[in-house]
Amino acid sequence: MTAAAKQVPDSEWLAKLQSGHRTTLARAITAVENETAGAGDIISAIHPHLGHAHVVGFTGPPGAGKSTLVSAYVAELRKRDLTVGVVAVDPSSPLTGGAILGDRIRMTAHTGDEGVFVRSLASRGHLGGLSRTAARVIDVMDAARRDVVVVETVGAGQSEVEVAEIAHTKVVVCAPGLGDDIQAIKAGILEIADVLVVNKADLPLADRTVKQLKGMLGLTKREGWTPPVLRTTATTGEGVDTLADKIDDHADAEGGLRASPVHRVQRLLAGIAAERLKRRIERQDDPAMTELCEAVLRGDVGFDAAASRALELLVKSKD
Amino acid sequence: MTATTHRMPLARPPKVLVTKIGFDGHDRGSRIVAAYLRDAGMEVVYTGPWQEIPFVVNLALEEDVDVIGVSSLATDHLLVPKLMDALREAGLGHIGVIVGGIVPDDEEAVLKDAGVAHVFHAGSSREEIVASIEELVHTVRAQAA
Ligand SMILES: Nc1nc2c(ncn2[C@@H]2O[C@H](COP(=O)(O)OP(=O)(O)O)[C@@H](O)[C@H]2O)c(=O)[nH]1
Ligand SMILES: [Mg+2]
Repeated sequence: MTAAAKQVPDSEWLAKLQSGHRTTLARAITAVENETAGAGDIISAIHPHLGHAHVVGFTGPPGAGKSTLVSAYVAELRKRDLTVGVVAVDPSSPLTGGAILGDRIRMTAHTGDEGVFVRSLASRGHLGGLSRTAARVIDVMDAARRDVVVVETVGAGQSEVEVAEIAHTKVVVCAPGLGDDIQAIKAGILEIADVLVVNKADLPLADRTVKQLKGMLGLTKREGWTPPVLRTTATTGEGVDTLADKIDDHADAEGGLRASPVHRVQRLLAGIAAERLKRRIERQDDPAMTELCEAVLRGDVGFDAAASRALELLVKSKD
Repeated sequence: MTATTHRMPLARPPKVLVTKIGFDGHDRGSRIVAAYLRDAGMEVVYTGPWQEIPFVVNLALEEDVDVIGVSSLATDHLLVPKLMDALREAGLGHIGVIVGGIVPDDEEAVLKDAGVAHVFHAGSSREEIVASIEELVHTVRAQAA
């Protein structure tokens, strides 16, 4: 035991990780997940070996069938001879920090298949924020030569949406006939979707939900890639091959820089910087800012123009 | 809420797999224990009943858990020595294993011989369970370091 635990990330360790040694992968994830003493060495050791995996995020409201769909998607990827890593983010209790990690129980079909590695990640208590921790876990799976890394998050909290955002291809999953569902999706998730899925297509009202989503998509402007709206029945696997094709198409269409780990970091930086900017703008109390807000209230200035002006004011201000 | 221990606090939350192997489907007890542990700040992978040994071993490996808790109300605990063998074979002999439920004395001795760290009997208190598991996690991690 001790021998295994004392692995330092030397070239032998790296070779083990890259050849698919499962215990090595599991322990490396524990290290980066918890920022243990050895985490820095692991991150340095894997750094030159990133950029292999296509990272696919699945998000959407609870109960939409994400875990079931991820499992079916993984089965499809295995048919295509691709190796898979899954990171399933489960919510932690905000009170105690404890968590029941239950998503992966829907992914039991892959026991005994070395080409699939599933790992749960509790959502709270991460020093650098959930999205940074998730990015590290993804990196480790990437370095372990997983062809596709799938990340499942509940599209509820901001931090979960941020996790979905570090994926190259973002799949938003919903189920038919839930008014609230559509509301939840409206509130920000639709904008990030590269592929939209109406799961539980076996249930009535699926058509209506597809139509609603297509309508909503029509309202948002996009360059290049147009997000398809697909139907799946995760429990039978119906529609999952098309889903896998579309995810592939998206990777091809957006390839290059988007697939690089540099881009992953760029997104994380954008998120952190945006949060800081937001706080600074909220704290601005100089008269010019007040005047600007009043002008928006009066309807003299539109929000777009005012936002640009707010940024200018910020650059001019000293702190 | 969490038990007082004389040790340094753990650097990361205990990670515990709560499972049932064998044929018995009564999972009320294991659900309650899973909730106790979560409420004590632990991260709990909960499987529900009827799991097979290879499945449990794979789960423990991928999730890198500290402890596996097996609930047994009938004869399921008789499979635990087999589970321990399978864990060792997979290079996971460091994981602490506990059993909770209804276990006759003579069979408890068999489990202990096989390396089971604790056997909890029906009526064990929340505090007792949480404290023993925390203690066990300390031991497991100290050995692994
Ligand atoms: N009818 C039907 N039920 C489904 C489908 N996909 C998932 N479910 C069920 O929906 C429930 C929630 O699924 P789960 O994958 O846990 O959803 P999640 O919370 O989004 O991860 C489970 O009972 C699934 O069996 C589907 O395509 N059709
Ligand atoms: Mg789920």
